[in-house]
Amino acid sequence: MSIFRSGLAKTRQSFFGRISQILGNTEIDDEIWDDIEAILLQADLGVETTQRVIDDLKNRVRKQGLTSAEQLNTALRESLQDLMQRPPVLNISGRPLSVILVVGVNGSGKTTSIAKLAHRLKLAGRNVLIAAGDTFRAAAIEQLQTWGERVDVPVIAGQPGSDPAAVVYDATEAAKARGHDVLIIDTAGRLHTNYNLMEELAKIKKVSQKIVPDAPHEVLLVLDGTTGQNALQQAQKFREMVDVTGVIVTKLDSTAKGGMVFAVFNDLNLPIHYIGLGEGVNDLVDFQPEIFIKSLFEEN
Amino acid sequence: MFESLSNRLQDTFDRLGRSGTLNEKDVDAAMREVRMALLEADVSLPIVKDFVKRVKERAVGAEVAKALKPGQMVVKIVHEELIETLGEPGRLNFSGSTKPHVIMLVGLQGSGKTTTAAKLALHLRKEGRQPFMIAADTYRPAAVDQLVTLAKQIGVPYYEEGVSAKPEDIAVRGLKAAKESDAAVVIIDTAGRLQIDDQLMTELEEIKRRTEPAEVLLVADSMTGQEAVNIADGFNKRVGITGLILTKVDGDARGGAAISMRAVTGVPIKYLGTGEKINADSLELFHPDRLADRILGMGDVLTLIEKAEEAFDEAEALKLQKKMMENNFTLQDFLDQLQKMKKMGSITQIMKMVPGMGKIIDQIDEEEIDRRMKRVEAIINSMTPYEREHPKVLNASRKRRIANGSGVEVRDVNDVLKQFREMQKMMKQLRKGRLKIPGLPSIPGLN
Repeated sequence: MSIFRSGLAKTRQSFFGRISQILGNTEIDDEIWDDIEAILLQADLGVETTQRVIDDLKNRVRKQGLTSAEQLNTALRESLQDLMQRPPVLNISGRPLSVILVVGVNGSGKTTSIAKLAHRLKLAGRNVLIAAGDTFRAAAIEQLQTWGERVDVPVIAGQPGSDPAAVVYDATEAAKARGHDVLIIDTAGRLHTNYNLMEELAKIKKVSQKIVPDAPHEVLLVLDGTTGQNALQQAQKFREMVDVTGVIVTKLDSTAKGGMVFAVFNDLNLPIHYIGLGEGVNDLVDFQPEIFIKSLFEEN
Repeated sequence: MFESLSNRLQDTFDRLGRSGTLNEKDVDAAMREVRMALLEADVSLPIVKDFVKRVKERAVGAEVAKALKPGQMVVKIVHEELIETLGEPGRLNFSGSTKPHVIMLVGLQGSGKTTTAAKLALHLRKEGRQPFMIAADTYRPAAVDQLVTLAKQIGVPYYEEGVSAKPEDIAVRGLKAAKESDAAVVIIDTAGRLQIDDQLMTELEEIKRRTEPAEVLLVADSMTGQEAVNIADGFNKRVGITGLILTKVDGDARGGAAISMRAVTGVPIKYLGTGEKINADSLELFHPDRLADRILGMGDVLTLIEKAEEAFDEAEALKLQKKMMENNFTLQDFLDQLQKMKKMGSITQIMKMVPGMGKIIDQIDEEEIDRRMKRVEAIINSMTPYEREHPKVLNASRKRRIANGSGVEVRDVNDVLKQFREMQKMMKQLRKGRLKIPGLPSIPGLN
């Protein structure tokens, strides 16, 4: 077991620590390529994206004749930045009522993210209502209601075990009647492999359209930042079923780097809107590619 | 997107040709593929590196068994080494006379601790022990309500103080209450926390110090990526874990985190959690060979076979197996099987274990299972015995008669027939492989 530990200790050294060791060296050797590869893989970029970044970087090195560590470092950031863009603003303006549907697997952080998002929107002057569409998990409704009180946003809920589509219908109607301009719909966590539950999501979506024909205007997928390559399958399946429009990545206050979002963005063209950095109401922040990329190289 | 390791290696070795022993050059080429496969399965990089090194040492110079191609030989070594790394499944420690035995569940937010606590309680009661649950998560809103709801649902006694006291005090008072109620095993549910959160980790240390648990189980999401080593190592260093429970195994993640966590802590994997419902099947014992298959992309055929064996008696199982092997599987067998499947628990769970069964899962769905199964039964029951044995004779007028007889549309009859054909197709695939190393095409002499 000690091999693993020392392996860990080695990889925990910061990238800059390692790259500074080659300062003054005019040759970019194999070991540096291995180091870069290790950093990208360990940030959960996955084999394919990592290879893509390294190929691109090698190209830059050759074409631009890069020799120093500093140049390599800059080029690496450029390579990564080419694979990630700033998200568009959420499509929740310019109409009386905008609907945001929030989906994701169990335990990814949907309810917490919704509370934080509601808080943000409220601070931005929006009149928010939340629909407690998770009628399945024990005490999910209470959890959302507690958050609702905490951020002072009303929550429409039904009975535990009741049809989530019915709750969503009621909530959409209520949002319209009471003059709310944003409705955020919470849904039960579901594994993307559960076809039946995925169909239920499509139904929820349809129900909201009965009242607001072009709803939902945003469908946000909440991805757990500690998830590995399965994030891509999750995003794929949820997108197939409910046309996901964007992503929230949670738990990035951990030592996980969330690198799978590169593949989610590039392969599926899903923008990353927010990242979750903790359990406080203010811990949902805008996704900024430069800061995100910088954090890939930061020591834990 | 994933390709099974055996397919990858097949390609590599097809290019390399074959020889009697594995030489270093061949092995190096193969190890690149092994490395990629493990990384794609989310095994953490340091663990991958070490693993590849060990496999290489074993593989170079290894005699290629007569019946095997070099690629298959490498898969065999990788498979064996993986099983060894995953280790033996751990049993819960109930030694010692101090009662009740305390089990503490720890882990990250959203890993599934509360759901697992209820599943574990149900599992222990099934084993004949008196479980008791303590709600010590005072942080997440409504976490206490969740535990209480689940405890009531399964009828297990519990202790809670809402969120008004410190978790360590709740745990101690809960333990006292458990003793008074003669509980045999106490499960303490703790709040989710990051392993780098010093304050909350100190709290766990304190709960452990004051309740002296026999088991501290790390509940971890099977979809975890490279972070798995840090999580497991972090929790282990601070609170000293005694075992792992992997959750959400019913998803389609490869589950490489299991290897990472096991390797970095050295503690055994004790259970796998599947599904959000609390029932007898939703906490499974861990089988290293099957998880190894899954990580290598080889499906989980053995789990299916075992589940089937539990529900069918042996003679019947043999008969069915023979039918499957000989391609004599009829609609009557399908009907018999459907009726027996009811005994096997959640069908989607079972279906998921079979490689390539996704399409059928789409048709058989858990929520409506009874209704749909009854419909299928009704349809097959409306067929004559001859039709059940020879579905090919089912022309339009026969189908209409069957539809009328079972009160459905012809479309539904077609659906059942389609489902049946899919099943036959799947069995054909099963037949081609050997179950010892599923996924490998025909390896005579390996068993």
